[in-house]
Amino acid sequence: MNMAMTMHVDIVSAEIEIFSGTVTELYAPAEMGEVGIMPRHAPLLSTMKPGEVRVVDQHGDTQSFFVNGGILEVQPHVVTILSDTAVRAADLDEAAALEAKAKAEAAMADKKTDYDFARAKVELMEAMAQLETINKLRKRK
Amino acid sequence: MAGAKEIRSKIGSVKNTQKITKAMEMVAASKMRKAQDRMRAARPYAEKINNVLAHLSQAHPEYKHPYLSEREQVKRVGYIVVSTDRGLCGGLNTNMFKAAVVDMAEWDAKDVEVDVCAIGKKSVGFFSRFKATVVAQASNLGDTPSMEELIGAVKVMLDAYDEGRIDRLYLVSNDFVNTMTQEANVHQLVPVKGIMDEELTHHWDYIYEPESKPIIDGLMLRFIESQVYRSVVENIACEMSARMMAMKSATDNAGDIIKELQTIYNKARQAAITQEISEIVSGAAAVS
Repeated sequence: MNMAMTMHVDIVSAEIEIFSGTVTELYAPAEMGEVGIMPRHAPLLSTMKPGEVRVVDQHGDTQSFFVNGGILEVQPHVVTILSDTAVRAADLDEAAALEAKAKAEAAMADKKTDYDFARAKVELMEAMAQLETINKLRKRK
Repeated sequence: MAGAKEIRSKIGSVKNTQKITKAMEMVAASKMRKAQDRMRAARPYAEKINNVLAHLSQAHPEYKHPYLSEREQVKRVGYIVVSTDRGLCGGLNTNMFKAAVVDMAEWDAKDVEVDVCAIGKKSVGFFSRFKATVVAQASNLGDTPSMEELIGAVKVMLDAYDEGRIDRLYLVSNDFVNTMTQEANVHQLVPVKGIMDEELTHHWDYIYEPESKPIIDGLMLRFIESQVYRSVVENIACEMSARMMAMKSATDNAGDIIKELQTIYNKARQAAITQEISEIVSGAAAVS
C-alpha cells in the first residue's frame, strides 16, 4: 500500500481517546451533510451533527463510531475529530447553566455579598497551624 | 492486675481503627491509579484542540475571539474553584482554599469584586460559609465525573464574561505533581494565554463549513470546558493520593499506639506476676 494514500485519524473526546490510527477513507456527519474524506483533502474545519463516523483501513475493514457532534478538522494527511461527550444544543446548555445557578442559590440560603476575606483567612490560618502542629508532633515521635 | 482488661480492649479498638484506615488506604490507592488513567485519557483532546486553535490563530488572524484579548479595566473577576466532594484527604482542600483566598484578597484590596463558581461539595460549603457570591455550583461528581455535569457551571461563568459582568476568569485547583506532592494553583482561564506557541512553516487557511465564526466560538468554548474538565479529573487524582497518604500515616500512628499500649500491658502483667510470686514466697517463709 502506498504511504501517500493513507491518512492519520484521531477521534478524541474530552473524556477518552476513541480511535487513533491510519485509514484510507473516512466518513463523518458534517453540519452540511455527510462528508467523505480521502487522503490529500484540502484543509477543512466543520462542525458535526450527532451521528456515525466510519473509517476504512488499508485492509478494507470498516469501523464505525457514534459521536455526539463536535468539530471536524481535516488536513491533507491528518484528520482530527473532536467529539462532544454530550448532545450539545444552545437550549440544553442554557438549561444546564440555569440548573448550576439554581443549585448555587439553594446552597446559600441567606445570600449576602459581603465576602469576609479576613474571617476566611483567619479560619484558614488556624487550620494550617493545626496541620503543621500535627506534622511536628508526628516527627517528634 | 487492675488495668489489664481495659488496656486489652483499648488495643482491640485501636486495631479496628487501623484495619479501617488500612482499607481506606488501599481503596484510595486503587482509585488513584484509575484517576491517573482518566487524566491521561483526557490529554489527547486537550492537545488536539490546542493544535487546532494554534493553526487557527495563524490561518485566521483577522477575527480575534473575545477570549483572546485582555480587557483594560478589571471591575469584577470570576473564580472557578475545584475541590473534592469528601474529606479525609489531609490538607488538600485547605491548601487550595488558601491559594484561592490569598488571590481573591488581592483583588478585594483593589476594590474588585469576586464571583465564585464552586465545584465540589467542600468548595460549596467553604464559600457559602463566608458569604462569597457563589453564582454557580456543581457537586456530587463522583469518582468518574462527566463533562456533561460541568457544562452548566462553566457556561454561567463564560456568559458572565461575554456580557461583561466579569473581566477575568481564574481556575483554582490542585495540580498532580506526584503521589507525595499536590500543588494548589491559580490558573488564568480567560483571557486565554499561550495557545499560539506552535510555529507554522507555511501559510494556509481552512475551508469553513458552514462559517468560520461559529466554529471558532465552539472551539473556544470546548477548549475552556476541556481545561475545567481536566482540572476536575486531576483534582480527583490529587484527592485520592492525598487520602492515601493521610490514611497511611493514620495506619502508622495506630501501629505506634498499639506498640505503646502493648508495652504498658506487658509491664502491668509482669508486675502482677512478680507481686504474686513475692506473696507466695513470703507466705511459704512464714509457714515454715
